[in-house]
Amino acid sequence: MLTVILKRLLVAIPSLIGVVIVTFLLTRALPGDPAAYFAGPAATKEAIQEIRVKLGLDKSLPQQFVRYVRDLAHGDLGQSLTTGQPVVTEIRNRLPASAELTLLGLIVSVAIALPLGIFAATKPNSWIDHTCRIVTTAGVSLPVFFTGLILVYVFYYLLGWAPAPLGRIDVFFSPPPSVTGFYLIDSLIAGDLSTFRAALSQIFLPALTLGIFSLAPIARMTRASMLAVLASDFVRTARASGLTTFTVVVTYAFRNAMLPVITTLGMVFSFLLGANVLVEKVFAWPGIGSYAVEALISSDFAPVQGFVLTMAIMYVLLNLLIDLLYGVIDPRVRLEA
Amino acid sequence: MKRRDFLKSASALAATTAVSAPAIFSPAKAQGRQETLLVISESGPNNIDIHGVGTNVPGYEVSWNCYDRLISHEMKDVNGTAYYNKDKFKMELADDMNVGDMSATFKLKKNAVFQDGTPVTAKDVKWSLDRAVSVGGFPTFQMGAGSLTKPEQFVVVDDNTFRVDFAKKDRLTIPDLAVIVPCIINSELVKTHATEKDPWGMEYTKQNTAGSGAYRVVQWTAGTEVILERNDKWVGGPLPKIKRIVWRMVPSAGNRRALLERGDADISYELPNKDFVELKEAGKLNIVSTPFSNGILYLGMNVKNPPFDNLKVRQAVALAVPYQKIMDAVQYGLAKPMFGAPADKPTEVAWPQPTKFNTDIEKAKKLMAEAGYPNGFETTLSFDLGFATVNEPSAVLIQESLNLIGIKTTINKIPGSNFRTELNKKVLPLYINVFSGWLDYPEYFFIWCYHGKNSIFNTMSYQSKDMDAFIDGAVNAAAIGDKANYEKDVKGFVDLAFADVPRVPIFQPYVNVAMQKNVSGYQYWFHRRLDYRALVKG
Repeated sequence: MLTVILKRLLVAIPSLIGVVIVTFLLTRALPGDPAAYFAGPAATKEAIQEIRVKLGLDKSLPQQFVRYVRDLAHGDLGQSLTTGQPVVTEIRNRLPASAELTLLGLIVSVAIALPLGIFAATKPNSWIDHTCRIVTTAGVSLPVFFTGLILVYVFYYLLGWAPAPLGRIDVFFSPPPSVTGFYLIDSLIAGDLSTFRAALSQIFLPALTLGIFSLAPIARMTRASMLAVLASDFVRTARASGLTTFTVVVTYAFRNAMLPVITTLGMVFSFLLGANVLVEKVFAWPGIGSYAVEALISSDFAPVQGFVLTMAIMYVLLNLLIDLLYGVIDPRVRLEA
Repeated sequence: MKRRDFLKSASALAATTAVSAPAIFSPAKAQGRQETLLVISESGPNNIDIHGVGTNVPGYEVSWNCYDRLISHEMKDVNGTAYYNKDKFKMELADDMNVGDMSATFKLKKNAVFQDGTPVTAKDVKWSLDRAVSVGGFPTFQMGAGSLTKPEQFVVVDDNTFRVDFAKKDRLTIPDLAVIVPCIINSELVKTHATEKDPWGMEYTKQNTAGSGAYRVVQWTAGTEVILERNDKWVGGPLPKIKRIVWRMVPSAGNRRALLERGDADISYELPNKDFVELKEAGKLNIVSTPFSNGILYLGMNVKNPPFDNLKVRQAVALAVPYQKIMDAVQYGLAKPMFGAPADKPTEVAWPQPTKFNTDIEKAKKLMAEAGYPNGFETTLSFDLGFATVNEPSAVLIQESLNLIGIKTTINKIPGSNFRTELNKKVLPLYINVFSGWLDYPEYFFIWCYHGKNSIFNTMSYQSKDMDAFIDGAVNAAAIGDKANYEKDVKGFVDLAFADVPRVPIFQPYVNVAMQKNVSGYQYWFHRRLDYRALVKG
C-alpha cells in the first residue's frame, strides 16, 4: 500500500514541474503590467521603472524563473501585491475557509442528491424520478451567484433569519483559536458553543448555495449508475433469492454503484474548491477562489502561480485518495491496474 | 411491507445526514455596538503605509487616520456637508507654523507622543519627510508636486522646532504638507525593524502602524477586515467619539446595500449610482453626495494622430457627446454637469467649470464635412473595465451618438491592470478616463493634463505653446501673489482648453456616502476617503 502511494506521488512530480513552468509562462503572458498598476494613478515613467526594479520584473524571463524556482524550493511563493501579504500565509489562511465551505456544501449536496438519485433509480418515471430531474436541472441551471443572492435576499433581507453575509464570523465574534483552520471544528475543540453557532449560521447559506449547485452531477450520476446496477444479473439473483429490497438496494446495488459516484464527488469537490469564487464574492467569504481572481484581475503574478500550484497538488492528492477509496469499496479494483 | 421497511430506513438515513438544519439561524449577540462603527467597502488596503510600494487607495484611509501630519485643513460648510477648506490650515502635530519668504518653521506640540509612548521630536519629523522624498514611487512624486524633493530641505532646529526650506517659490508647498504623504512616523521604533536591504523599515510599517494618530490598527486580515482602535493619547485634535472601527470588505454591491438597509452596517460608499438614488428616495439612510474636488470624467482624443489632430473633428465629437443622456441614464443625476454653460457666460477663475458644448448632431455633421470627413471614419473607443459600471454604459451611449455623425467606433474594454499601461503609451485614439488631483488648484490640474512637458496625464499628447505660456504664467503669478496676472492666465488656459478641445469634459463625479441616520460627522476630504476622527454614532 505504502509503496503504491509513494509510486503514485513520484509519478505526479513531472506534472507538477509542468504546472510550475506553464503557470509561470502564462502569468507572464498576461497583458497587464503589474508595475504600472501598482505605481498608482500618479506615477511617472521613472516611478514605474523603480517599482519594476523593486519587483524584479526588469530581469529577463529565465532569470525571473530561476529566482522563482529558488524561492519555491525554500517554500516561498512570493508576495501578493494586492493584499501585500506573503502568498504562503494567504493560502494557508484562505484554503481552510474554502475547504470548510466546499466540504459542507458537498455534505448538504450529498445528503439531498444520494437519496434522490437512489429513489429515482428504483422507481424510474415515477413522480420522484421527475422531481429528481426537475431539482437537478434547476440546480445546475441557476448560476451560483443568483442562488446566493436570492438566498441572501430572502433569508437575510426579507426574513432576517440569517446573519449578515459578512464572511466567516460575525463582526462581534472573534474566530476560535486555530487548530484545523475550520471554524466549526476549532470552535468545538475550544468548547465554545456560541462561536460554533455563530460560525454555523454564517456558513449555512453559502454552503446551501454550493450544495444546490453541485446537486445535479451527483444525483444524476447516482441515478444512472444505480439504474445500470439494478438491471444487472446479480441484483436479479439477489431479488430471486428473496432478499429484502433494502438489502438488495443498499447493501448490494448501492455499493456497486458507488464507484462512479465517488469519482464524480472527487471531481465536484476539486472543481468547487476553485470555482466557488462567485459564492465567496456574494458572501464576502475570505476563500482562495476570490483571492486568485482578484490577483488575476490586477496581474498579480505570485498569488496566481501559488493558487494554480496549490490546486495542482490538491488534485494529485485527491485523485490518490479517490483511487485508494476505490480499493476499499471494490476489492476488485487494483491500484496498479 | 418490504417497501415500507426500505422507505423507513432510507428516510432515517436522510434525516441523520441532513444535519441539524433548524435552530442555527440565530442573531449574533450584539455587544459594544454603540462604541463600534462598522464600515463596509468593496476592497481593502494592501499596505497600511502610504510610503509603501504600490499602496492602494484603501491603504490611504488607514494612513490618514493612524498618522498625523504637521498641519491639516479646517472644515467649511458646503451645501450642508463639512468640506475641507483648502485655504485654511489648522495645526495637527505642529503647535505653530511660521511661513517666511523661503522657509517655514514649525513648533511641535510639546505633549505629543507616539502610540508607544515616546515623544514626537523634530528628528522624527525630518526622518519621516526624508523618507517620503527618498523611497521613490508615488510618495516621492506627490512630495515633488509641492517642490519638496531633497532631504536637505528638512532641517531640525532643535528637539521641538523643525524647518522646511523651499527649493523655490511655490504656492503648493504648504498645501502639500497637509496631504496624506508627509505623515509623521515613529522613527526610533521603525529603525529597530530596518535592515540593510530595507533601510526605511518598509516591511514593518506595511503591517503595523507606527504613528501618533488618532487610531491604530489592531488587526488586519488582508482582503477581509481591518480593525482599528482609538488612541486615547492623541493630541492632534479633540478625542474621537468612536472607540473601535471595524472595516469589512464586502465585494458584492447588492449585499452592501442590503447590509445598510437592514441597519447592520453603519457606513459605506462605492455603491452603484442607481442604488444611491434609490436609497436617497427611500429616506431611511443619510446619503451625502459631494463632487470630486478637481476631478473630471472626460472623453480624451489623441491629437498627435489623424483624425483627431483635426480641430474640426474634435469639435464635432464635442458636439456629438450625448451629455444629458449620460447624466440621466448612467449617473442617475448624481454628477455635476461639465457642459452646457450659457453661451454668454464669462469664463471664471475656477476649475472645474462647464464648457459651452451641448449635444448638436446637425452642427457636428457640418463640422465633419468641413473637416474633410463627410462620410466619417472608423476608430476605437477604449475604457477601463475596472470602472465598468460608469464607463461601459457611457461608452455605449457615446458610440451610438458618434455613429450619427459617421464615426463608427469599436468598443475596446481594457482590464484595470492594463489600462494605465495602454494609456501611458499614448496611442489610444479615443477613450474615457477620469483625472482628479489632491491639490485643488486650476493650474495644478492643467500642469498635469494640458502642459506641453507631456506628463502621463496629458493622455492626449496635447502640445501648444500658448497653453504652456498661460500655465507657466499662472504658476509664477501664484507663487508671488500676483492676482491680476493669475486670473488672466487661468482664464486664458481654460478658454484655450475649451477652444482646442483635446479632451471633452463630461461631468464632475460625486463621492457618494451612505450612512445610518444615527451616524453623523461625515467630512469630505480631498482624498475622498473617510475621516473616522470626526464621526459620531448615536
